[in-house]
Amino acid sequence: MSAQALHTARTLSDHLPVLIIIIPFLAAPLTVLIGSRRLAWPIAFGAALSSFVISVLLLLRVLDSGVISYAIGGWLPPIGIEYRIDAANAFVLLLVSAIGTIVLPYTIQSIKSEIPERHHTLFYTMYLLCFTGLLGVVVTGDAFNVFVFLEVSSLSTYVLVAMGAQTDKRALTAAYDYLVMGTTGATFFVIGIGFIYAATGTLNMADIALYIQVHGTNRTLETAFAFIMVGMGLKAAVYPLHLWLPNAYTYAPSAVTSFIAGTATKVAIYVLLRFMFTIFQPDFLFEMHAVRWVMMPLAILAMFAASLIAVFQSDFKRMLAYSSIAQIGYILLGIGLLSTTGLTAAIVHLFNHGITKAALFMGVGALVLRSGSSFYAKIEGMGKVMPFTSFAIVIAGLSLIGVPGTAGFISKWVLVQAAIEQGYWPLALAIVGSSLLAIIYVWRVIETLYMKQPADGWVKQEAPLTMLVPLWIMAGATVWFGIDTELTMTAARTAADGLLHGFMAGGQ
Amino acid sequence: METNTAILLTMLIPAAAAIGNLLLRNHANLRDSMTLGAAFATFATVLVILTNVGNTTTEAFSLLTVFPGLDIAFNVEPLGLLFAIVASGLWILTHIYGVGYMRGNNEDNHTRFFASFSLAIGAVMGLAFSANMFTLFLFYEMLTLSTYPLVAHKGTPEALSGARTYLGILMGTSIGFLLVAIIWTYTITGTLDFTQGGILRGHIAGPMVALLLGLYAFGIGKAALMPFHRWLPAAMVAPTPVSALLHAVAVVKAGVFTMLKVGIYIFGIDFLAETGASEWLMWVAAYTIIAASVVAMTKDNLKARLAYSTISQLSYITLGMALATSMGALGGGMHIAMHAMGKITLFMCAGSIYVATHKTEISQMNGLGRIMPITYGAFLIGALSIIGLPPLGGSWSKWLLIIGAADAGQKVMIAVLMVSSLLNVAYLLPIVGKGFFWPAEAGETPAIKESPTLVWLPPAITAFGCLLLFFYATDIRDFLMPIVGGTQ
Repeated sequence: MSAQALHTARTLSDHLPVLIIIIPFLAAPLTVLIGSRRLAWPIAFGAALSSFVISVLLLLRVLDSGVISYAIGGWLPPIGIEYRIDAANAFVLLLVSAIGTIVLPYTIQSIKSEIPERHHTLFYTMYLLCFTGLLGVVVTGDAFNVFVFLEVSSLSTYVLVAMGAQTDKRALTAAYDYLVMGTTGATFFVIGIGFIYAATGTLNMADIALYIQVHGTNRTLETAFAFIMVGMGLKAAVYPLHLWLPNAYTYAPSAVTSFIAGTATKVAIYVLLRFMFTIFQPDFLFEMHAVRWVMMPLAILAMFAASLIAVFQSDFKRMLAYSSIAQIGYILLGIGLLSTTGLTAAIVHLFNHGITKAALFMGVGALVLRSGSSFYAKIEGMGKVMPFTSFAIVIAGLSLIGVPGTAGFISKWVLVQAAIEQGYWPLALAIVGSSLLAIIYVWRVIETLYMKQPADGWVKQEAPLTMLVPLWIMAGATVWFGIDTELTMTAARTAADGLLHGFMAGGQ
Repeated sequence: METNTAILLTMLIPAAAAIGNLLLRNHANLRDSMTLGAAFATFATVLVILTNVGNTTTEAFSLLTVFPGLDIAFNVEPLGLLFAIVASGLWILTHIYGVGYMRGNNEDNHTRFFASFSLAIGAVMGLAFSANMFTLFLFYEMLTLSTYPLVAHKGTPEALSGARTYLGILMGTSIGFLLVAIIWTYTITGTLDFTQGGILRGHIAGPMVALLLGLYAFGIGKAALMPFHRWLPAAMVAPTPVSALLHAVAVVKAGVFTMLKVGIYIFGIDFLAETGASEWLMWVAAYTIIAASVVAMTKDNLKARLAYSTISQLSYITLGMALATSMGALGGGMHIAMHAMGKITLFMCAGSIYVATHKTEISQMNGLGRIMPITYGAFLIGALSIIGLPPLGGSWSKWLLIIGAADAGQKVMIAVLMVSSLLNVAYLLPIVGKGFFWPAEAGETPAIKESPTLVWLPPAITAFGCLLLFFYATDIRDFLMPIVGGTQ
């Protein structure tokens, strides 16, 4: 993009890539400054909603006319920070902003029972910061900027998790564990960035990619790659690096879990994708080994080990947390296949699993509102007490299994197809085999909800509408995207193509 | 009425009935009559389709596109239409019977029961009219899910564990094998449309054909091919109307129907015959026929015995497909109707005995035949039809299957079918014999009388149906002719 073109870019719609960040970022301190409990929510919701609308516009524009590059403050890349949006990050932006927006109405009632009232304003501040951070990680085209936004989102997430302390004091240790491991991950990541800067002299992703294309890699870059993989692997809860996740998801307030479960790990995976495919590029031989001999085995291990652990849980929320780790295995497997179909499967599953898990965690939160706990023993017979909530959980649960007609089925279909295409039969069988474990852990919940009797003296008591409506929007979305795959599959395929065939090729 | 509208209506009416059940949960009589109305309406709609298209195959129409080349699409073809007629027609009788049974037995949760039941019928209709394997799979899974609450109905630990086995095997096989087979087919051929003569020719060869067929055959768990048959006996914990319609007609027939569809429209009978890929399947089916019959003889619980009998009879149909001859496929198709009529009679009689006496074990049923003559008379007719004696419907499908085996030059299979008939005699007729001729257990007979009208009437009607089918068998055969490329 020439300097001339940059300076003529003055209409509001040209500034969308930065507005999506600026609006929630400014709204966050605004909630503190105004300091009103009643106004905090409308501000947060307004900001999130505008980000959501912008993300839709961005995705449509990217699918229509290719990569968008935006130079912050008019400083041209690679000197200034560049926001660069292609199909891959536009799609993830949509996921994050959609979940962030839909969960917000849900928070009103949910946090009333789980977070002390004096923290409510701060809750929305933190929520917005986390939201901004996650969007920022995705939107930016600058490697160091990724780190900055990553820390914004992580620090606020630690606070959000710790807010579960009123319900269960273990939220504090969970947040502390997450803090220690998350910071370790971030440190690894920033070390990797440092090495890259040392080797290439630039932090702009497209610029680094160009440098590697021209000069090839060297030991420094390979080391950087390893550090980044491990650091982001920690954030994404890649199997043996997942230890922070179960406690954080279990003890965080329900609204927080619903939000971060659908977004935080997905964003980390997006960063992995970006570094693997855009910066280091698929024909980077060294990476192939890392992918085939490290990533794929870990993915398969996650699919089975974490699913097995999920089967034996006695707490609904914790079960879902382990299931998330297993599902991340599917995504990594898709990435590991290094084919267009495989990457499509990974990206579409990233989206589909995001909405599915958000729906499930919202469902648990609604159950907890009435039952006081998410232990199976406490939610017996809730199908009678809360028929609408329970049925939404069933629908989302079916999507988790991958029953046809749900979003989970679509991703599984594409993933199996990707495995078969390359003749990896054992992989295809492993994918469906792990789904069988999902049947078991989902069915334990369904049996508990419907086939047991509720505690004596129960009365029918549905969750409030502010929780039910978001829950059903999300559950409805799992069915919608299981039947109409136009949007998800087109976006995922375009994103996969863009990642495999170069960031460079699609630009300008 | 437009045929395509009618197809959609056959699914929408039962689905609406399911919702109506939930809305009318506090008005039992209204709710049950409404469902009866829906059953009649569904059957009438299927008949409209029949008069509209006869036994021709219609153009598929797509409801929506999921992936490029993968539509949710429907069409009418003879096999599916036959299945739809059988299932929707028997739904009317089973619903009447179910109302009598559920009330006579004071079961709980009627609303959930009838709502799930309607939903299951809707799924069967969708399955019968599916124009491609993808749509069929969608409804196949929907059928499994909607019948789960029916199997687990009583909520006792026994019912729950039965339901777990049911769901575990059916979903396990369908996701573990069938889904893989479908995606494999799609990956190599780029289509999943049901096409006369199959879609696989030229895309796959050698031992891989047999492997793919294996994934299909075992993946269709509803066809109860051994060793994936355990779900059927496990499902017998369900109330008897469920066993009668769903586990003698709708669910199991959905399995063998899918099997025939795969054999005829995915592989193609000729392709199977040329490659010999189904040879092994024939032996597995033969083994299932004999082994299940032998197990049936050892069961004292009446419903368990009938369940194993069903497993055995289902493999007749799988065998018909595996023979890879026209007559075999025709016999298999016809057996869907013949066995449905016979077996639903037997199950409804078993339920009738249970309602009247609360007895489940055959050894306790001595002398009951003289007290419940209608129930036992119907049972006898149903049993004779299953055995395959003229003048009952079951004799014709067995006849065609034997001709099919002869065409294929499989003498052993002829023997298997014969031996199986003898085994049927051995495990079905003693029940009737003991009922009529053995002395009743002392002291308890006077309290027992024939079951309520709503319970004994439906099996009497279906028993009469077995008789009728004998005389209309030629029509059914001619009706099915197009599926094997015949002209009539």
